[in-house]
Amino acid sequence: MGKTIVEKILSYNSCSDCWAGDVVVASVDYCMAQDGTSKLMIGDLDTLGFETPKTRNGMAVVLDHSSPSPSAEVSRIHGEIRRFANNHGITVHDVGDGVCHQLVPESGLILPGNLVVGADSHTCTYGALNLCSTGLGSADVAAAAHTGKLWFRVPETHKIRIDGSLGKCTGAKDLILALIGGIGADGATYKSTEFCGETISSMSMDGRMTMANMVVEMGAKFGPFPYDGVTASWYKSIGITSDGGVDSDDDAQFEKGMDVDASDVVPKVAAPHRVDNVSDVSEYSGVEVQQAFLGTCTNGRLEDLTVAAKMLKGRHVSRGVRMIVAPASRRILIEAVKAGVAESLLSAGAVIVVPGCGPCVGTHAGVPSDGENVVSTANRNFMGRMGNNKDVSIYLASPQTVAASAICGRITDPREL
Amino acid sequence: MRLEGRAHRFKPNDDINTDYIISGRYKFKISDMDELAKHVMEDISPDFAIRVREGDMVIAGYNFGCGSSREQAPRALKAAGIAAIVAKSYARIFYRNSFNIGLPLVTCDTDWIIDGEVVTVDFENGKVSGAGSGGSAEFRPLPKTMQVLLEDGGLIPHIKKHGGFSFE
Ligand code: SF4
Repeated sequence: MGKTIVEKILSYNSCSDCWAGDVVVASVDYCMAQDGTSKLMIGDLDTLGFETPKTRNGMAVVLDHSSPSPSAEVSRIHGEIRRFANNHGITVHDVGDGVCHQLVPESGLILPGNLVVGADSHTCTYGALNLCSTGLGSADVAAAAHTGKLWFRVPETHKIRIDGSLGKCTGAKDLILALIGGIGADGATYKSTEFCGETISSMSMDGRMTMANMVVEMGAKFGPFPYDGVTASWYKSIGITSDGGVDSDDDAQFEKGMDVDASDVVPKVAAPHRVDNVSDVSEYSGVEVQQAFLGTCTNGRLEDLTVAAKMLKGRHVSRGVRMIVAPASRRILIEAVKAGVAESLLSAGAVIVVPGCGPCVGTHAGVPSDGENVVSTANRNFMGRMGNNKDVSIYLASPQTVAASAICGRITDPREL
Repeated sequence: MRLEGRAHRFKPNDDINTDYIISGRYKFKISDMDELAKHVMEDISPDFAIRVREGDMVIAGYNFGCGSSREQAPRALKAAGIAAIVAKSYARIFYRNSFNIGLPLVTCDTDWIIDGEVVTVDFENGKVSGAGSGGSAEFRPLPKTMQVLLEDGGLIPHIKKHGGFSFE
């Protein structure tokens, strides 16, 4: 019998022949924590008498969730993280470098076929690079850093095949929102969701990362994508020659299979306060918005900024709307400047904040006011998510929909512009 | 092991996410778990932190603990006195985090449990029963890995004790 991608990766890293349902202790290739989760992890590492990371390619901490520090408390935590990392051979990605889920791939330290863990739920993003990565709590990441290993139950796999081409102003974000709406917030809990099909083959790496980023919103543990020419040229763009990846065997056992026709997908929104509360954007068109947010580990990449800038070029953000842009990394910001994308965004009235998480999780850089509506490219719209629990309504959408809505001052189908 | 405590139910019943358990806005403000416990569940039940007593239990429907990986969520519940959670299902990261910090989770039907009633969880016989409702439900024994972690008091004590993973 053949194996799925996750069965292959976990077999290799545990030096065993494992199958879905088995519990294995596997070597971890890389691990990561961010400024909101590092403090607990450092406490655990101190308890363990940690010296340096035992994970094969090392470890990083990223100061991105509240950065640059907006307060004395955060500064103290950042200081503690920097000191600890410097004393223990951990790489620090500091203020302004970007969001963890862009910096870890850009670092070139994670490769196809790897097993990666991070103390952040959206660590599943790296699945786009044909590997298995997942978010865990601080104790698990501490254990991985200290021992170089971690225990895993090998998950069953859901194979999602997507064929057909996406329509006008419709992209990877609309596709993953449509999937989450159909599968539900817990429809893939504990599973590995493997993606394949024509739509995926012709999708850019930025689009794949948008999709892999959100598999956790349907409960999944891993979301590996296929290895192909897009993967190889993405690695080449960061100066790395990758020599092949991992694919599932034809006779592998999938717990479920699903076929999706991408040409049926139209621009979507996830309305408050659930990520799986997904409808066509037309259902909510006309809802006034006071803040529009383009960024995050879901949609803060160059392609996202570029499609939004195209829409905004020669137009202006509506009066009464604050449009905030947070590029996912310094590298992306530099590319956006070079390509004139930053200028289009700024001229249209948007503000560009420091590369990082931006206002996504409500710790800095644009907390909305009571009763406001926000249209955002983020991955979560839970009540209170952006730092304010007094009925802020967050509508999740694609970069195009966010740009169109910012222009009109209300939720707008980007195909209308 | 046998636990007995008062049941706390919430609205919503399903998909109670980690932001509801402990809001992200406290992420950088409060690192002391006892302080954080004063804000546990406040967005969906403002007076929960005042009502909760040592040994109480949280009762929920499907997908409890979805969302962020923040370990503050189970830690704050534990610091508030919660001895166990009984729900129909859990989000994956929350499930691991809870056992990692020594908080047991039980998976079974919970529709019959009445808010406020005294609930008994019998781990040996895999049975949850309610003193008020007279109802009960059975659950499958905890996976071996989780039993080992609970016995050792969590993941970090487990690694310290065995110098690695004992189930390797
Ligand atoms: S951008 Fe938002 S979802 Fe992504 S890591 Fe930062 S806070 Fe989390």
